[in-house]
Amino acid sequence: MSRIGQILPHHHRHCDVIFTAAEKSAQRGNWTECDAACEQFSRQLLAHFDAEESLLFPAFESASGMREGPTQVMRLEHGQMRQLLGQLGAARLARDAETFAGVAETLLILMQQHNMKEENILYPMCDRVLEAQTEQLAAQLQARLELENA
Amino acid sequence: MHPNLTFEQAPPISVPYRFFLTAPLFGVAAGLMLAWLGAAALESRWTPGALALTHLLTVGYMLQAMCGALLQFVPVSTGGNIWRPKLVAAVVHPLLALAALLLALAFVSGRAGLFQAAGPLFAVSLGGFLTVVAVALLHTQARSKSLDTLRLAIFGLLVTATLGMFLAIALGWQTGWPLLPAANVHAVWGLGGWALMLLMGVSILTVPMFQLTPPYPGWLARWLPPGLLLLLCLWSLQLVAGDGVALAWQSGVALTGLLLAALYASTTLWLQARRRRRLVDVTFLFWRGAMWSLLALAVSWVMLELPQGYAEHPRAPQWLGMLALVGVFVSAINGMFYKIVPFLNWLHLQRLGGLKVLPPNIKQMIPEPAMRGQMKLHFVALGLLLAAVLWPPLARVAGLAFAASCLWLEWNLVGAARFYAVFRKQVLIDRTRADVAGRES
Repeated sequence: MSRIGQILPHHHRHCDVIFTAAEKSAQRGNWTECDAACEQFSRQLLAHFDAEESLLFPAFESASGMREGPTQVMRLEHGQMRQLLGQLGAARLARDAETFAGVAETLLILMQQHNMKEENILYPMCDRVLEAQTEQLAAQLQARLELENA
Repeated sequence: MHPNLTFEQAPPISVPYRFFLTAPLFGVAAGLMLAWLGAAALESRWTPGALALTHLLTVGYMLQAMCGALLQFVPVSTGGNIWRPKLVAAVVHPLLALAALLLALAFVSGRAGLFQAAGPLFAVSLGGFLTVVAVALLHTQARSKSLDTLRLAIFGLLVTATLGMFLAIALGWQTGWPLLPAANVHAVWGLGGWALMLLMGVSILTVPMFQLTPPYPGWLARWLPPGLLLLLCLWSLQLVAGDGVALAWQSGVALTGLLLAALYASTTLWLQARRRRRLVDVTFLFWRGAMWSLLALAVSWVMLELPQGYAEHPRAPQWLGMLALVGVFVSAINGMFYKIVPFLNWLHLQRLGGLKVLPPNIKQMIPEPAMRGQMKLHFVALGLLLAAVLWPPLARVAGLAFAASCLWLEWNLVGAARFYAVFRKQVLIDRTRADVAGRES
């Protein structure tokens, strides 16, 4: 049985792999490769945020009655990461390796502490609170993320 | 439905920073004390100087850093709510700092009144800290192996502090209680049950995520912390057993404990070698240094225990102590500072400016050459401290090198805190100007 606590952490790791490829190519000065990896990373990360904000968070909020708690913090952090993604894109287009490295480091730490909260706290809570719906919701999330991968 | 979970992101920045900016000062004090006392401090673990130095590093440097880090880490990584963090920090931080200072002075001067003064300060500061963090960790909705390990670490600190109070009372009021077994059990719970347990709990969670390594093997994350707890309990039997029984237990239990520690260190090094991200930053190097020191500690123990070893040499515990305190824990904490402080600066400045004002990125908070330079000095100081155990005339130079390394760390952290304050002030001025302009138009 697929659960939210399996599908979404797996996609986090997928984003990490693309992120490291983008960072590595920028370090080597291979900007063409970096462009491709960054675009893929950006697409995947935004798809992840969208899937959570449009499917998972509303379901959790309506099942738990918690509208101002964890999901609000997660939305705020998605906003912060979208902002950093914009900065990363600008540094890449300017071929500014130093700024790119600094923004990438910032984004990585923010992203990982965000993932840590989701994987340790929010997703297990979702699986518990959503109970019967969790398998169906996990399938919908999977489909949404795979669509972006195609 | 979950009344205790507000998922508050982080406490105010002053909460961790007041602890972080104090910790290296105790390192400076320890280095200067060694430079002042010289070779005499290294003669055995029971000299007044050695006891004072040990406690400047453990309850001064390490405990300050670990308390500050936990007040930040617990709400963020476990969702546990720390009750009024600003108030807790305002009470715990100064009392703990004063208690550590008094305790070091008590050891070096041998004055009973100083032990009597330090005891209640520890009781209030650590009692308050333990209660607040234990409540947060017990009430959280989160479930993870790392969380269980953090709970064990808090229990380890409780045992260490309780035995420490017993020893402070014995020394302060000259009760004549037997000190040796309690001191041995206190030291091992402090290093193994609190500091190493905490390091393991934090590693299991953060090494795979922040260094992009594979996860720790499930069996290791599941069994290592309770295994260590079991050994600590067996080690503690010397408090009740007769001397002969205690001696028979000690060696085997300690060896098994060190093998577990070596297993954790070698697994961490193996995971780090298989990391996806190839970038080598100072935090990564500090953590590798800490893990190599832990391995060196286990190997040293085995070699000292060999038939022709030097287990009974009075400076053997000093060698192990330097590796544990400076090699493992000061290195790991130093590395943690360089990752967490720039990030906290960024996080709080970003929140202040909202999505309109972009804060500088993390790499602009502390200059990279300053961090690398300080790291090199730290490892040179570690080398000198170990060399001074072998050849004590080096003690003064080693003490000065360690003090310089901690002072440089303090300088780098104060620089980061000033960077935060200056940028914050600018954001607030700009915001006020924008508000005034908005009202006028």
